[in-house]
Amino acid sequence: MATQTAETLTENETPEAVVVRFAGDSGDGMQLTGGQFTLSTALAGNDLATFPDFPAEIRAPQGTLFGVSAFQINFGSTDIETAGDAPDVLVAMNPAALKVNAPALKPGGLIIADTGEFSTRNLEKAKYEENPLENDSLAKWDVLAFDISALTLEAVKPFGLGNKEALRCKNMWTLGLALWMFDRDRAPLIEWLKAKFKKHPVIADANIAALNAGHAYGETAEISGPLKKVHLPPAEAQPGLYRTITGAESISLGLVAGAQLANLPMFFGGYPITPASAILHHLARLKEFGVTTFQAEDEIAAVCAAIGASYAGQLGVTSSSGPGIALKTEAIGLGIMTELPLVIVNSQRGGPSTGLPTKTEQSDLYQAVYGRNGDAPLAVVAARSPGDAFDCAIEACRLATRYMTPVMLLTDGYIANAAEPWKVPDPSAYEPFPVTFLEEKNAGDELLPYKRDEKGARPWIKAGTPGLMHRIGGIEKNADTGNIDYSPANHQAMTDARKDKIEGIARDIPLQEVAMGEDSGTLAVVGWGSTFGPIHQAVRRARKKGLSVSHIHVRHVWPMPSNMAELLAGFDHVLVPEMNTGQFKTVLRDQFMIDAHSLTKTSGQPFSIAEMEEAIAQYFDSTSDNEGGEVEANKTQLPSPKTVNS
Amino acid sequence: MNDMTPIETTLKDWESDQEVRWCPGCGDYAILKAVQRTLPQLKADPAKTVFISGIGCSSRFPYYVESYGFHTIHGRAPAFATGVKLANPELDIWLVTGDGDGLSIGGNHLMHVLRRNVDMQIMLFNNEIYGLTKGQYSPTSREGTHTPSTPQGSIDHPANPCAFALGSGARFVARGYDVSKDLPDVLKAAHAHKGAAFIEIFQNCIVYNKDVFEDFTAKKTSAETQIWLEDGKPMLFAKGTKGIALDQESFALKVVDVEGDDWQTAGVLVHNVKSRALAHMLVELPFGPFPMPLGVIYDNPAVTFESAVVEQNKQASEGKTPDFAALLARGQTWTVSGTAQDPV
Repeated sequence: MATQTAETLTENETPEAVVVRFAGDSGDGMQLTGGQFTLSTALAGNDLATFPDFPAEIRAPQGTLFGVSAFQINFGSTDIETAGDAPDVLVAMNPAALKVNAPALKPGGLIIADTGEFSTRNLEKAKYEENPLENDSLAKWDVLAFDISALTLEAVKPFGLGNKEALRCKNMWTLGLALWMFDRDRAPLIEWLKAKFKKHPVIADANIAALNAGHAYGETAEISGPLKKVHLPPAEAQPGLYRTITGAESISLGLVAGAQLANLPMFFGGYPITPASAILHHLARLKEFGVTTFQAEDEIAAVCAAIGASYAGQLGVTSSSGPGIALKTEAIGLGIMTELPLVIVNSQRGGPSTGLPTKTEQSDLYQAVYGRNGDAPLAVVAARSPGDAFDCAIEACRLATRYMTPVMLLTDGYIANAAEPWKVPDPSAYEPFPVTFLEEKNAGDELLPYKRDEKGARPWIKAGTPGLMHRIGGIEKNADTGNIDYSPANHQAMTDARKDKIEGIARDIPLQEVAMGEDSGTLAVVGWGSTFGPIHQAVRRARKKGLSVSHIHVRHVWPMPSNMAELLAGFDHVLVPEMNTGQFKTVLRDQFMIDAHSLTKTSGQPFSIAEMEEAIAQYFDSTSDNEGGEVEANKTQLPSPKTVNS
Repeated sequence: MNDMTPIETTLKDWESDQEVRWCPGCGDYAILKAVQRTLPQLKADPAKTVFISGIGCSSRFPYYVESYGFHTIHGRAPAFATGVKLANPELDIWLVTGDGDGLSIGGNHLMHVLRRNVDMQIMLFNNEIYGLTKGQYSPTSREGTHTPSTPQGSIDHPANPCAFALGSGARFVARGYDVSKDLPDVLKAAHAHKGAAFIEIFQNCIVYNKDVFEDFTAKKTSAETQIWLEDGKPMLFAKGTKGIALDQESFALKVVDVEGDDWQTAGVLVHNVKSRALAHMLVELPFGPFPMPLGVIYDNPAVTFESAVVEQNKQASEGKTPDFAALLARGQTWTVSGTAQDPV
């Protein structure tokens, strides 16, 4: 929660939280710098959230506006649930990075810029008519501009690197300065550099020298004014062992955990696509946990192979992003029709079509809930944070195996890439859900592959089991025998059975809880997925002002918990913020006939807390003592017009 | 093929209780019987046998065989079969597809299952037409084929299934036809091959493309119009009076006359199933000037995909204890104990 302004920061008081954004050229190593700063922050015991924001181009032309890569981190002594709205500190490695990112900076915030990169040519590329460091265009911020490039070259001189290689150490110099600013230990980083450049000790030494030089610069340079050392005490956290984790990592681990709890080997069929590929990469290194990974020829083959593996008795899993999920859709329908377990992970990104591959969005909800031919109900679970994705992946495996059906796990580009501290869970704390395969005929002398249990699930028969030969397929099948049967009454019965089975999941999931606030009142802010952080903080702030607001965050998007209707009925208004044009709002209206309103954003950027606060405030405009109504959204992060339908 | 325990069965054991629903007189009936006749000879175990198909007339096949069966979606059967085989390499897989399913919508998957060399028998029923959708032309239809979607005749060049398979890296390529008495022998050879075994089976669609293969399947003239290939045997046809030889100048195959039994003097080639170059020439032979090459064209096994995957999984796991709790705590960690001001 980034409530302190940079003014308080420069006064050298201790703020509760600070937002820092590292921005530079794609080739400047900003993601790496951010990642290492994150690690040092975690090791210092601060809570944190990060937002990596990088271009879709692999090597965008140097110095250009579209080639800017940024990494934002919000860290502090209190609970951090978003990557922060506006940065307190911006590190700009070139003019383009300054141009793109300065508008987001808080008034009074600190800009650290490398003058060595502010050449005429780079200024032109960034479309600056004159050098912003030399006029008053940055007057509302504190600017600390010095030649980081030259200082880096000087620091690494003893190692005899070429100019280009030497300049690559700039990011470590900058990181060294940042570590000094926030009173961080350099030792873990030095260890990391030594390990990373094990085969090139000279490079390791040069980077370490740059890191130390940056740190020493903060320590010794006689800079008055903006640059001050800040120490943020550790955040309060539950005792235990912690690590940082990204969504892609936690989903991979959650899938392995799910397969282990089901007592099954896992088969993962994937096809490279941003931002989902990281899951394939992680799982490919976990073969000793009974994981087989298969990089298929396309998205369709990936899901089909996973279904084939389920038919042969493994837990079939596939993963993609929206465009790939579209390709898999027919096969998912077959999974629903044949009633085989399948977990589908959808790391959502901006769409439609190729859309914004590296940017985040929640616009595949319709695709998940409604997006198939025929009446093909699909269970859908949505993760709200990198850490939460672990539990959601386990839940998807549990539902898929218990109900013999495909389950979609929704995550998004933000969750997949972002990191947060994660309390390492104890695997034994999770209740196992071991699968029982049918081993003998289940109706006297007869085998009925589609005979249902009390949950409506059919038996799982592993291909290869002696005496249980049977045929399955996409054609409508007889309610018991599974043989082809498209008689009218049978199709009606089977359609109903498939629907009832999925709807029945509502009885097997926890009741919907209120994440913050009372279970009735004036306004419920209902979210799903990665909007958890900004909603939670905005609701917290609104509640501090005495407003009657509650935060409800839905994990089981389809079917929803059985108390949802009753819970929502207890509020006068329902506001649904989401990073799409209002999809969950439609689902809520459809399911509960309530007057749910939208707050939408489709800029490829997560919501800011201020945007949420402003939207909440609108519901209380006529209420006396409404401080909320005065909250102004950060216009630079609010690119779409307000869409609150009040 | 796979290494299963031999099981004694009869043709009857391989008939499911499902009523066969192909058109009366369809070539599929003959293929079904040939397969059901072959399986007992292979000592196959119904519980370890899986028939997997896509969509089309041919793809109804699994419902009629008393084994495991999976009727999947259009063109994707090779992908499902790959998943089944990787999940349980002990299963013996028969893939059933057609010219539309395998070469149109599913051409991509067919290519990859062949190049990966996943162990299974792939039967492509080629009737040069879309039957189940009522008679549109297919990727193997000859130019000028008149159908509801090509009232003026089709204008695209047909695909050659065996050439496609070879080009995709197939290690086994064979041909047969529905009513041929030799089809079981071709199936047996495919089954004996460890790896992806591709069999093009010409199949007579009596409703939409009747007798399109009559040129070479008609019994009366078959001696002249067919050449059955056997490994290590001279490539003779027309009761030994003609043979296939190599024209050194054009570096192409030619038909030569054979005097008496002296095929050697005539320069007739001896079939070698391990020669990829010869296989390429054989599958490209134009019918008419040449007889239709049938039987095993190419059979040269290589490491199978599933065995390599199993091996790699084994190697990756060697010397590692799968400790899940340790995996969760991998990377840099820190411990929080007590209050906020007291990190350790």
